[in-house]
Amino acid sequence: MELFYLILEKLLLVGLIVSLSMVVAMYATWGERKVAAWLQDRIGPNRAGPFGLFQPLADGGKLFFKEEIIPLVSSKFLFILGPALAMITALLTSAVIPWSTPLHLFDRNIDLQVADVNIGILFVFGVVSLGVYGIMIGGWASNNKFSLLAAIRGASQMVSYELPMGLALIAVLMLVGDLRMSSIVANQLENGWHIIYQPLGFLIFFICALAECNRTPFDLPEAENELNFGYHQEYSSMKLGFYLFAEYINMFISGVVMASLYFGGYDIPFVNEASWGLNQNLLAIIGFVVLLSKAFFFVFVFMWIRWTIPRFRYDQLMKLGWTRLIPLALLNMILTAAIVLWLKK
Amino acid sequence: MTQLTQRAKQVDRKPMTLLERIYLWNILKGMMITISHLFKRKATIKYPEEKRTFSKVFRGVQILNRDEEGREKCTACGLCAVACPAEAITMEAAERQAGEEHLYKEEKYAAKYEINMLRCIFCGYCEEACPKDAIYLSQTFAPSNYGREGFIYKKEDLLIPHPIENPEAYKKALGEKGGNA
Repeated sequence: MELFYLILEKLLLVGLIVSLSMVVAMYATWGERKVAAWLQDRIGPNRAGPFGLFQPLADGGKLFFKEEIIPLVSSKFLFILGPALAMITALLTSAVIPWSTPLHLFDRNIDLQVADVNIGILFVFGVVSLGVYGIMIGGWASNNKFSLLAAIRGASQMVSYELPMGLALIAVLMLVGDLRMSSIVANQLENGWHIIYQPLGFLIFFICALAECNRTPFDLPEAENELNFGYHQEYSSMKLGFYLFAEYINMFISGVVMASLYFGGYDIPFVNEASWGLNQNLLAIIGFVVLLSKAFFFVFVFMWIRWTIPRFRYDQLMKLGWTRLIPLALLNMILTAAIVLWLKK
Repeated sequence: MTQLTQRAKQVDRKPMTLLERIYLWNILKGMMITISHLFKRKATIKYPEEKRTFSKVFRGVQILNRDEEGREKCTACGLCAVACPAEAITMEAAERQAGEEHLYKEEKYAAKYEINMLRCIFCGYCEEACPKDAIYLSQTFAPSNYGREGFIYKKEDLLIPHPIENPEAYKKALGEKGGNA
């Protein structure tokens, strides 16, 4: 019976988190257009519903009703697999994120984390690297040289930037001494946020996250306006929608991951919320809202950057990744290691 | 090198300083500029609900005027059509019958009066040519349309609302310039 409740609880949580990611991604498209408009002294979408809030629904509906084109010479199975893979990997990452402190319902403590696996952050990295296959397969299966080139661009970019990202993360793991997401967050609750100890690490991680999400200034795989639209050139209808959607989900999830790794997860800064004597459930909800607002802030910063600076040239991108970020990340790692060793003595 | 204008600026080709090469500082400066625009007044407006006010001398869509009793002023003399450089105006004249005195001001009136808005260049010569103050250019412009036929404005489209039956619409259509009749 206990097992049944556990499965039910986890299923509900998975459903909730997946739909949350979807809704957030949906409204991230609306947010992106609004932010773009505001930063350019415009008003932005305001026709569909109040403040244009139904705009994502209209966009989604439009994509559903568009003609579904599968190129005759493409390999059909892979062509369909590509966007599906992109979507699945985008959604999978949310499984190990601790969303808040446990809820207490029906005499049970319900962890707001789908799976507290002991390799938590490694799982995130593994899934994120799988995301490359969505791009690669999609670009290759289109049987179009431009798609293929864009896919290669995307893949090499993501592979190059995973390295400094991982190196920056090692420094955090040294501080925590555990790969579990829950203990990474717990460590920050005890000793203060990791951003205090790892400002350089965070900067590297943030830049790499931009590159991993294919966001400006590293949006070369797409490069809508110049490079023939990128790896999803042959895609139409909801398959294209899946690619675009997966990007926004990635953005949201990377915001949550950054908040969990460096900004204390669901921790409210400067206060000790446990001393308020509030109901456990209420505290959990407050923590969840705090984590969400941190993630939304990062999503906003992503957009803010997109509408501020132009795209890097490809050689600049590679040079930045390999000759700047990796040495910096290595330096950061060695320094952290030395300090951690020194303090332990 | 002698400069041709005062506005020319010499391009700075000094090698970048360390701060510039780090690039992050400049990105931060740029981001401060963009974020400041978040709070600035928007340059665009919500068009169909809000409209910009045009200048007083703006030449928009033509309006056929009526006098205070609501009688059409146009006598179909054809001077506007002659004056029109784009040949956008056509009309057919008719004679006022007995009992129609409340409709038309003079003995002759325009039975048909058409302006092709696709030809019209909104120069305002028709307004200048008209001896009866029957046509003037308003401060609205022709809205978009799906077909060419929709751009040929008939007399019903051009006539100003009746000043007695519909005084508010009349005032609105009169705008700021029609009142000097």
